[in-house]
Amino acid sequence: MRYILLLIPCVASVATWLYNISEPMLFGIPFFYWFLMLLIPVSSIFIWLAARTGGDEL
Amino acid sequence: MNGINVTATAVFIFFFALVTILGFVAARWKAGDLNELHEWGLGGRRFGSWITWFLLGGDLYTAYTVIAVPAVVYAIGAYGFFAVPYTILIYPFIFLTMPRLWNATHKRGYLTGADFVYGAYGNKWLEGMVALTGIIATMPYIALQLVGMEKVIQALGFPHEGMAGHLPLTIAFLILAVYTYRSGLRAPAMIAFVKDIMIYIFVIAAVIIIPAKLGGYGAIFDSAQKDFSAQLATNPNVARGILLAPSQIWPFVTLAIGSAMALFMYPHSLTGVLSASGPKAIRHNAISLPAYSLVLALIAMLGYMAHAAGIKVDNPQDAVPQLFLAMFPSWFVGFTFAAIAIGALVPAAVMSIGAANTFTRNLWRPFINENMSPSQESALAKLMSLVVKIGALIVIIFLPTQFALDLQLLGGVWMIQIFPAIIFGLYTRWYKGGALLAGLIVGLALGTYLSYGPASWVPVSKAFLGIPLYNGLTAVIANVIVATLLSFVLPANKSDELTEADFRDARA
Repeated sequence: MRYILLLIPCVASVATWLYNISEPMLFGIPFFYWFLMLLIPVSSIFIWLAARTGGDEL
Repeated sequence: MNGINVTATAVFIFFFALVTILGFVAARWKAGDLNELHEWGLGGRRFGSWITWFLLGGDLYTAYTVIAVPAVVYAIGAYGFFAVPYTILIYPFIFLTMPRLWNATHKRGYLTGADFVYGAYGNKWLEGMVALTGIIATMPYIALQLVGMEKVIQALGFPHEGMAGHLPLTIAFLILAVYTYRSGLRAPAMIAFVKDIMIYIFVIAAVIIIPAKLGGYGAIFDSAQKDFSAQLATNPNVARGILLAPSQIWPFVTLAIGSAMALFMYPHSLTGVLSASGPKAIRHNAISLPAYSLVLALIAMLGYMAHAAGIKVDNPQDAVPQLFLAMFPSWFVGFTFAAIAIGALVPAAVMSIGAANTFTRNLWRPFINENMSPSQESALAKLMSLVVKIGALIVIIFLPTQFALDLQLLGGVWMIQIFPAIIFGLYTRWYKGGALLAGLIVGLALGTYLSYGPASWVPVSKAFLGIPLYNGLTAVIANVIVATLLSFVLPANKSDELTEADFRDARA
């Protein structure tokens, strides 16, 4: 589970077929850009979840 | 250039003086005996979560990054955004591997990645090659920090050419060299607080004020795409645009993955991690450091804002400084330029310390003098930190900048080649030291060969099935194949002083 949680943001970050598009836009920013920027805090959450489920000391 | 911008320069000098004082005061911070290498070169491993956050943030997101990433975005568009997936990939990796490395190094008294490699495989030639790769790859990286600094000093209105043009840079760098010599890693750790806070302030200001002046983000992306389309009409050979062209996808993906694998092999990254107070501080940072990646993504957007602001520069690396000059009042220009220049000091200091630690522990000790006392180690490392920085300064002053850029590109390709020796070693000792050494040499040779182009060095080539892949990644795959095959036939390692318990968190 720990490894799957860590793998999800990694795969999403290089899944260009998923995000190399301009629609839908957000505040005039193409999807490509706001998706990647949103993925940054999301990846933090996944790492935190991995620590939680893996029993790593935090 | 029509003269020096006095207000901006005054603000710039004020902040520069402030961090200089901090650099010297730092020697007494969390006091320790600076005549021991783990005190001078790793801050006594006493940096908790917060200090590590500022130090690693300051160390990894360098001045060169602040200049170079938006420069690529300005020049070709979405492709420059590879830095974002790259920095997303780093943190799950750090979270998994670096606490294990910290535990083993702490338990066994290692100070560098190459120390760990020797402990795991008992092969001093492998240790030496790992160390040499790290040092050679770090040198041009330090030189590029100077380029970042020089760009903002020139933008303040100082002359571009001749010895007078290099004078402010030389003075700044010599001051840095002296306080790093005195205070060791404590100096960049303390300066990183100032630097990072300044960067956060200017980025937040930039992404609010500049779009407001330019008519919003929609207008910014539109005008960037319009410029790219016009450029494509005159030169269709170079793909550009606010989305990735099909030909850019594989390079984008493999460059992100390869760069992420290489980053934590650099001595300066490992120095930042190993100076943490424990595995907990490292895990906290794996979760909290992505805040800097968000800043990096926003900085990358500055490349598009330069288009919308009508900035036209021959060298894309001038785009961001010129954008700030056009958009901000002088005092704030001074503030942002100071942030970028100080942003060069922190990584330059940590890089020189990382390279100096590695040189002392993994080249001098095994090959020249096996019986160094702790104070001899510390004295030699201090001296090496000076040599490394002066070497970088000479490269920038006397050789064309392209030389440092090419070496930096090759440095990444080389650095990734020590990944198998260090990271595999954290989980298994099945690999043989000699096999990893052979793999490393094959990887270095292949990576260099692939990067050679008749006109210029290139990061990407079509070595495999005609797909354009990052050379570092192609070469490290060959490296692993060689290391794996040879591990079947070579005799067992001479020594392995590590046990699985060494990698686990010590229970309080």
